[in-house]
This record gives sequence, structure tokens and C-alpha cells, in this order.
Amino acid sequence: MGQKTPLYQKHLDAGGKMVDFAGWDMPIHYGSQLEEHNQVRTAAGVFDVSHMTITDVDGPGANAFLRRLLANDVDRLDEVGRALYSAMLRPDGGVIDDLIVYRMEWGYRVVSNCATREKVLDWMKQQTEGFGLQLKERPDLAILAVHGPEAIDKVCALLPADDASAVQALGNFRGIQLPSWFVARTGYTGEKGLELIMPNEDAPAFWDQLMGAGVKPIGLGARDTLRLEAGMNLYGHDMDESISPIAANMASTIAWEPEERDFIGRDAVSMQRESQANGRLPELVGLVLEQRGVLREGQKVVTENGEGVITSGSFSPTLKHSIALARIPVNSDSCQVEMRGKLVPVRKVRPNFVRFGKKVFE
Amino acid sequence: MSNFPDDLKYAASHEWVRVDDNGVATVGISDHAQDALGDIVFVELPEPGSTVNAKDEVAVVESVKAASDVYSPVSGEVTAVNEELLDAPETVNSSPYENGWFYKVKLSDESGLEELMDAEAYSDHCENE
Repeated sequence: MGQKTPLYQKHLDAGGKMVDFAGWDMPIHYGSQLEEHNQVRTAAGVFDVSHMTITDVDGPGANAFLRRLLANDVDRLDEVGRALYSAMLRPDGGVIDDLIVYRMEWGYRVVSNCATREKVLDWMKQQTEGFGLQLKERPDLAILAVHGPEAIDKVCALLPADDASAVQALGNFRGIQLPSWFVARTGYTGEKGLELIMPNEDAPAFWDQLMGAGVKPIGLGARDTLRLEAGMNLYGHDMDESISPIAANMASTIAWEPEERDFIGRDAVSMQRESQANGRLPELVGLVLEQRGVLREGQKVVTENGEGVITSGSFSPTLKHSIALARIPVNSDSCQVEMRGKLVPVRKVRPNFVRFGKKVFE
Repeated sequence: MSNFPDDLKYAASHEWVRVDDNGVATVGISDHAQDALGDIVFVELPEPGSTVNAKDEVAVVESVKAASDVYSPVSGEVTAVNEELLDAPETVNSSPYENGWFYKVKLSDESGLEELMDAEAYSDHCENE
């Protein structure tokens, strides 16, 4: 028996097929992953992501601590409520985790992956010395992600009028503290939507209200195909501690300026950036297979510059053919994937396939 | 709970066979198999007119989750394939024993059928897998 979110019974009631996900009993789908995927692209769906790790960082040293801990710079959060995506790096540049950090009235809130929970909490604790801050994990909070073109309207119709207009006014990567919930325009699907962080005891009733409003439950299976279409990395697949963020399409999430900010891993990733410019470090690209077949994680990619590997691959329900993320030698033009013993030509594209329901590559 | 029709024979690798009075066998994959695979997005079928032998890999099913080989439970000549699956592979999910059939074989040798399981044995097999 795994750990359960406050919505476990709701998943069973909705016909969720439960699987073990890093020690948690989570729904992989509620009948059809494809239908759930399309629901988010065309209407609105809700994901229970309460298994993710929330850590509040509070105290006079919180800002300096996070500017040291994270590859992106929390000083970019110029207003309360703003959100930032960042890698957390080892001194050698390996990616410990990727996360979202929100600026709160009292400090910062970090939402990191579920499977990395223990090592992330340990690592953060180890780095706190001398900064003057408290780290507080928040297992008392649930997270619901409601995404899709109709998601924001559907959620706002369930909120008190004042809260609804404040949420409607949010820009992308911005959030607001309501009386007991924190609501932000962040997510992992390439669609508009909200993530709502609320006390565990509020989650089941809100779930029921969403169902009543026609929002459908979406499992982790569709979450994966949605994020892949959006070209978003999945930790443990597209990057991990053995992979430089430079080789994982994350260079743009590293705040290189100001130069004097000494974040953990800075020297290593600076050198890795040069290595890549010199062709000695691979890059993460998008691959497209327009014929029949499905690209899968682990398949070998053969290019004129050497071999690479597919890090995430699936059928794209929106595009009706297969897409993948792959780490391959830089400046490779000709890509073939070894599928079931045969080399199949694929097209290299920027690692971004679908946004707001539409194909985004040529 | 998966469905195991009594009038079919089943292979341990999750194919089913229905044999008619003329010695023609229809082959597909079981309800248990389609459920485990999840949404099916591509199906590759054998060539009509080709000869297949029991336990040969003759078809491929790709779902959102995985690619899976289909092994022929019987031997003989392929007389028909279900081309509808090429455009509507989801039929395998919605109707594994009827509209989701894969191919038909004129049996060359019926002795192989004895190695297949009946519904009860196959149901036990799935439970213990």
C-alpha cells in the first residue's frame, strides 16, 4: 500500500486505474488516456498533483539562500505571487531536480518533484547553514491543477466574485494568495490553466464542485503526453544528476546575470556551455516520426555526428503521430531512430510541439 | 474485470482464436491484453496470402504505453486481415473479440489448437501473471 493523497477515494469513485508512482497510489487514467488528453486540449481537466513536494522557505535569509541554491534567480520575482521555473544543481552541474518557486508575502514556496522528495529536502537542508531561514515541508497542502481552454473560467465560476476577478486578471506565471488557497497560472500541459494549492481538507469538496462544472479527471498518463507535446522536460527521463542542464535544453532557465551571483553549479555549467558550443556536449532536440510507429524512451538515435538517445517518446494524441525528446550530438541534420531492429528516418525540430491546442513546429 | 468468452481458445501470450466449421480461424488479442496495453494507436497486420506458423511474431500492437508483439496461436495461410484497424486501432480497445479481430487463417494443421487454453484456464493464467 502506497501513500494516498486526500483525493484517493475520489479517484476510485471516478474509475481511476491506480498505479504506484514513486510510493504513491495515483491514477494513471480513468478509462482512456487519449480521451483525457483531448479533454485538456479542447475543454478542461483536473489533475491531482498533491503528491508533489511543497517546501516553504521563510526567514530573513530566504532570498540569499535561494539565490545560492537555484540556477535561476529569485530576484527576477519582482512581485509577490510571481513564479519561476528553475533547476537545482550539484556543484558538478548535474540536475538534482527541477521545480517552481513562488514568491509569497512571507517568503518563498518551492514545489518540487515527488520521486526526488527525500534527496531534495536533504540537499536543501544541507545548504541552509549561515543563511537564517526555516524550511518547512507542507504535507498538509493539496495541489489541484486545472488546465484547458475552459479551465480558468470553470474555476472562477466556483470562486467568490472578488477572488474570481483577481484570478481572471492573473498573467502567466503569476499567482495570488486567497484567504486560504494560493492560486497560480502555472502548469505542465501547454494549455492555459491554474494550479490551486489548498489545505488537504478542502480538496475533496472542491474536486466534487469541479466535476459538477464538467471538468473531467485526468490521470498521470495524459499528464505525460501533454507535457511532452508542450516540450517540457520530465525529471528522471530528460535530465537527472548525470546530465548537464545545458544538454537538457535548460540553458535559458539559468540566470547567468548578474555575474557575481554565485549559485551552486555555476562554474560547471559555464564550462559545459562552452563544451556544447565546441560540439563536445550533446543537446536536447525534438524528433518527429510522421509514419506509423511510436518513438520510445531509450531508443538509439543515429546521426552523422554520432549516436544519441530518446529521453521521452510517445504517440502525440493532438498530432496523431509520434514525437520525442532526444539527446543527440549538436548540429546533427540527419537523424534515424533504431526501432525494432530497423533504422527509421525522423525529422529534427525544436523541442516544442503543441501550444494552446495547435501544432507549433514547421 | 476482463471478459473471457467461453467459445474461444486462448494463448498464454494473450491472443484468442475462434475456429469456424470450415477450418478458418479468426485471431485477435484478449480483453485482458487490450486493457493492460491501454489506448492502442497503431496496429501492424500480416500480409494476406502469407503463411504463418504457430508462435511466429505476425503482428504488432502499439499503445500509448508500449509496443507489443502478437504471436500467431495457429498455423496456416492468412486469408483476410482487418484493415479497419489501420485507421481505427481503438477498435481493439472497444471490441477486442468482435470488430477488433486481427486476421483470419485457413488452418493447415489443427493439432496446435490443443495447446491453447479454454476460457477458465486463461482466466486463471491472467490472474496469476
